[in-house]
Amino acid sequence: MLEVTDLTRAYGTAGSAHLALKDVSLRVADGELVSIVGPSGCGKSTLLRCVAGLLPPTSGQVVLNGTPVTRVPGRLGVVFQDYSRSLYPWLSVRDNVALPLRRTMRGRPARRQAAAASLAAVGLTDAGHRYPWQLSGGMQQRVAIARALACDPVLLLMDEPFGSVDAQTREDLEDLILRVRAERGITILLVTHDIDESVYVGDRVIVLTPGPGQIRADLAAPLPQPRDQITTKELPEFVHLRSEVSRLVRGKPLAPSDDTPAPSDDTPARAAAPAKPGAS
Amino acid sequence: MPPDLKPFTSVARSPFAAAAGRARAIRWAQGLAGVAVFLVAAEIAGLLIPQTVLPRMSTVLSQAAGLAGNGQFLSDMAATLEAWAVGLLITVAAGVPLGLLLGSLPGVRFATRAIVEFLRPIPSVALILLVSLVVGSGLRMTVTLIVYAGIWPVLYNVIAGLDDVDPVAKDTLRAFGFGRLAVIRLVSLPSAAPFILTGIRIASSVALILDIGAGYVTGRINGPGIGAFISDANSGAGNTPLVLAATVWAGFLGLALNGLLVWAGDRLLPWHRASLGPTGQAGVPGRAQRLDHPEAAAAGTAS
Repeated sequence: MLEVTDLTRAYGTAGSAHLALKDVSLRVADGELVSIVGPSGCGKSTLLRCVAGLLPPTSGQVVLNGTPVTRVPGRLGVVFQDYSRSLYPWLSVRDNVALPLRRTMRGRPARRQAAAASLAAVGLTDAGHRYPWQLSGGMQQRVAIARALACDPVLLLMDEPFGSVDAQTREDLEDLILRVRAERGITILLVTHDIDESVYVGDRVIVLTPGPGQIRADLAAPLPQPRDQITTKELPEFVHLRSEVSRLVRGKPLAPSDDTPAPSDDTPARAAAPAKPGAS
Repeated sequence: MPPDLKPFTSVARSPFAAAAGRARAIRWAQGLAGVAVFLVAAEIAGLLIPQTVLPRMSTVLSQAAGLAGNGQFLSDMAATLEAWAVGLLITVAAGVPLGLLLGSLPGVRFATRAIVEFLRPIPSVALILLVSLVVGSGLRMTVTLIVYAGIWPVLYNVIAGLDDVDPVAKDTLRAFGFGRLAVIRLVSLPSAAPFILTGIRIASSVALILDIGAGYVTGRINGPGIGAFISDANSGAGNTPLVLAATVWAGFLGLALNGLLVWAGDRLLPWHRASLGPTGQAGVPGRAQRLDHPEAAAAGTAS
């Protein structure tokens, strides 16, 4: 169980502080896949960095399985958007995946074996001896995912993981994440600016307002599993939900048929769509 | 098999490789043509100008060839190489750890900034006599000068390399639970390695300048060396061709040592040149994207 309570994060000094996140509270159950969507600059990445323990919150707290997160928690996996920046060009693909295991696993052969298994799990059995810069973007992001999975994480944080790959590859990677979640029951927090993606992969979709980021809405996405890129996206529920998320992201009033009160531009969004912790 | 698994492109066999080979051949031909034109022009100039002012190029080159069999010159060359090697080794052994310290501890860096900015611009050649008074003449003096002059480029390049490490690369390892020292060792140091190598190459050429310069200024009393050889040759009348011949060798020495370091760098960091792509002109992949994610950049600097 991941609990975020009244998380606020400001950048800069007190005088000229820029508020990136304001009073964000959310609760994620074990094994849940929660999408966080919002316009750029809404503090999505800041939220993820606070949850990862990379960035101390200005106020509020993050609690993972009963332990407050003050530093990077154990069994955490992180995948950043820029695979080209987070993979190390001086290491082969296999050694990139094996590197984080140095902290927990003794012996290079054991680590390499674990890395090979993790690469196989993402469909990269034969790429271990290559270097990241010899691979396509989609394959590089697979390597980054394999590296995060090699540590056997209980919580996987993904910061716009598929933002830098083409549409076809993106769909394949979304399905890869859904498959991994189904197989291992990992809790996943996935930040994206892609509305279709947020609805397609998420059990829940959390919409943030533009800066300072606050929770505008916390919607369940009760679409049948396993999801399919074609049939799931044809479902009326999918179409409805994506429209709703789209309106929320753009800050427009919800469709009249919807039973939640419509947020208007002059009222604080949080009042319009209160996100009670554990509302799902 | 996922569709994005197919495009395995081999860097070695790409069509770029053939094009790069052709381009390299053309560059070599152009370089050799430039040298040939220069030599001919120098020879013609030598025919027009009195020999005492500018010796003929053919005379200089034949004297330079003769030096290859001159025992005195060869032992001087060996002494110059020895001072270069010892000096550069100490420079690197001191400069790299010092740079790592200053580059990873901003407090120490700011505290030492004033003294560094004062010491760095002092031309080392101006220190030759002072150093010879303090540590005496000989190898010790030459090495001291080399280390003093060479440490700055190493220091500055290590710091620049550490500053250039991508915050996402560091955050990635931190997110896997690694501490500061591990991040420096496993990410910052390898990432800064190309910068460090550049610093060492600059230090190498500075070392050669001081090596020969100190010998030339102090003469034979500082012990053997190309500088002492030139100084000796300079003292006799009509020895201009010999002075120039020794200078030609000094130039070749600099070229060879730089080539050696470039070659060693390519062996040590094979990923660096290759990851730049076939043209070798694109930056490190993804570096250009750094600015279009201000949120991540802010988070990286704020943390």
